[in-house]
Amino acid sequence: MSMHRLLIGAAMLMSATSGVRADSPNLGRVVSPEEIAVWDISIAPDGANLPHGSGTPAQGEAVYRAACQTCHGERGAGKPNDPLVGGQGTLTGEGLPIKTVDSFWPYATTLFDYVRRAMPLTAPKSLTDDQVYAVCAYILSLNGIIGADDTMNAETLPAVRMPNRDGFVLFSRSR
Amino acid sequence: MHSKIRRTAQDRLQPVAGNGLLDRRALFRAGAAVAAGAGFAGSSNAAGPLEVEPWMREVGAPFAPYGQPSHFENKVVRTIGTLPGTTGTGSSRTPLHALEGTITPNGLHFERSHDGIPDIDPDKHQLLIHGLVHRPLSFSLEALARYPTVSRMAFIECGGNGGALYQKTPVQLGAQGLHGLVSCAEWTGVPLAVLLEEAGVDPQARWILAEGADAASMSRSVPLAKAMDDAIVALYQNGERIRPDNGYPMRLLLPGFEGNANVKWLRRIKLTDGPIMTKDETSKYTISLPNGKAQQFVFPIEAKSLITRPSPGLRLDGAGIYEISGLAWSGYGRIAKVEVSADGGKSWAEAVLQQPALPMALTRFRMPWRWNGGPAVLQSRAVDESGYVQPSREQLVAERGNNTIYHYNGITSWGVSESGELTHVYA
Repeated sequence: MSMHRLLIGAAMLMSATSGVRADSPNLGRVVSPEEIAVWDISIAPDGANLPHGSGTPAQGEAVYRAACQTCHGERGAGKPNDPLVGGQGTLTGEGLPIKTVDSFWPYATTLFDYVRRAMPLTAPKSLTDDQVYAVCAYILSLNGIIGADDTMNAETLPAVRMPNRDGFVLFSRSR
Repeated sequence: MHSKIRRTAQDRLQPVAGNGLLDRRALFRAGAAVAAGAGFAGSSNAAGPLEVEPWMREVGAPFAPYGQPSHFENKVVRTIGTLPGTTGTGSSRTPLHALEGTITPNGLHFERSHDGIPDIDPDKHQLLIHGLVHRPLSFSLEALARYPTVSRMAFIECGGNGGALYQKTPVQLGAQGLHGLVSCAEWTGVPLAVLLEEAGVDPQARWILAEGADAASMSRSVPLAKAMDDAIVALYQNGERIRPDNGYPMRLLLPGFEGNANVKWLRRIKLTDGPIMTKDETSKYTISLPNGKAQQFVFPIEAKSLITRPSPGLRLDGAGIYEISGLAWSGYGRIAKVEVSADGGKSWAEAVLQQPALPMALTRFRMPWRWNGGPAVLQSRAVDESGYVQPSREQLVAERGNNTIYHYNGITSWGVSESGELTHVYA
C-alpha cells in the first residue's frame, strides 16, 4: 500500500470515529446501548438509571425473611453480620458508631444499587427488580424513613430523604 | 594498621540518637566487630567440628514447573480474617515481619474480597467503557494485549489498614496483624487514558465508576482526573499474570490511592458527571470524626512507616547489635526521609533508604542499633516529598477521635522488654 493511500485511510478512520487518534490501536468493539443495558447496574443518587418495577414493605418482609434474615437478623437487628436498623445518636457518642441504613447511609439509591448487585451474599443477583424494590421498602420502613404503606419505585426511591444525608464532608488534607 | 581499622569501625559505631541508635554507615563497611554481633533468636550455632550435611551426599529434588518456597518457610503465610459464615469475604494479611526489600511475593500480597474470588475465563472476560463517551467500547483481553504497556512499582494499601490503632488501648498484634493490608508489586498494563481517549471523553464527564466481575460486583467512583493521569488497566503482577486473588485477568491500578478503589476483576468503567455514591464510598471507607461527620473520598494514602524487624513475634537474642528494618510509603509521591527512634520519640536519627525510592511504592529503610539489654521503644517516622510528616498516634487521634477505623497513618511503637520480647505499645 502506498503512503498516499495509507494517509487517506487514516484520514477516513479519523473522521469516522470522531477524533480518535490514528496512532492508537483502536481495537475496541463499538457496543450498542441495548448490549450495555444489562451490565449498566449502577444507580446514582438522581435515580436516573433505576429499572421499572416496584415493591412495598409488606412484600419486602417476605423477601427479607427468605433471603436476608439469616445474616442480618430478625427485622434487621443484625448478627451475625451488619445490623440494618438502629444506631441513631451513636455517630457522636463514646463508643464505635453503629452505622446502619438509618443512622448512616446518605442515599436510598445506594441501598437499591448494592442489594441488586451484591445481595444476598450466597446468591447475588438472584432477586428480581421488584424484589429489590420491595426489600428496600421493608428496610426503609423498619427504620421509619418511609411509611408502612409506601411503595418504592424509580420515582419514589430517589426522593427518599435519608436521616444522615448531610453527614458527609469531602476529605481535604490537614497538613 | 590493624588498630587503625578497628578504630574506624568503632567510630562508625558511635551513637547518633538515644538508646543505642548507631551511625547509619555502621552496617555497611564496619568489619568483624559489627558482623559478630548477636542476632535474632534462633540464629545461634552449636560449637563443634564443621559437618558435611546429608543433603550434600544425596541427589537433590527434581525441577518443578512452578517453584515454591522452602518448606522450612511454611510459617511465612498470610493470615486470614473472614466475615461470619463466609470463607471469601474479608481479607488476608501480608507477613510484613518476615519479608525484606520492597517487593511482595505474589502469593503473599494482601487480599480484600467482598464475596470470594471469581473463576474468570480470560477468553470470555471483557472490559466495557461507556457512559459519557462518544462511542462505548468493549475490549477483550486479546485486544488489550496488543496495546502499548507500561510498568511501575506501586504499593496498594487497604483504607482500613492499621485501623486497630485508633482504639484506646494497644491491640496485641504485630506488623502483620496491625498493618498487613499493604503490599507492593511491579504492575504492568495499559494506561487507562489510552482506552478512554479511544472511546472519546465527553466534556461533561468528571468521574468514572469502576466495577469488578466478582459476585459482589464491587464498584467505586474515582475522579476522571486520576483515570487520565496515571491509572493502569493492570494485566501483570511482578512479571506474571495477575493472580486470581488480586484481580485476574485485569485490575484497576490507581497508584497511591486506597486499595478499595483499585477495583479487581475490572469489567466496566462508566464515565459520569458525579460519583455514584456506592456502598463502599458512603457506608464504608469514610472517616468518622468526633463531630459525627464522615470524611468522604479519602483517596491518596498519607505518608506512613512501620518497623517490620524487629517487631512482635520476633525476639531479640541478647544485647548487641541489630539492624532495624522497616517500610515507608506515601500516596503523594516519594519517601524523602525516614527517622527512627529507640527511646519512644525523645530522639531521632535518619535511616538509610533503599534505592531507588520510587513514588507510590514501598520504600525500605534500615538503621543499625546497639541494644543495651534494657527497655526500649522503637518507632519510625516518614516524611514524603510533599513535605508531609507522618503524625504521632496522639496527633491523629486528637484530630479524628477513637471512633473511626480508616486511613490510620500515625506512628506505630514497639516496646522492647529486658528479655527481648516485643509488644505493641502506645508511646
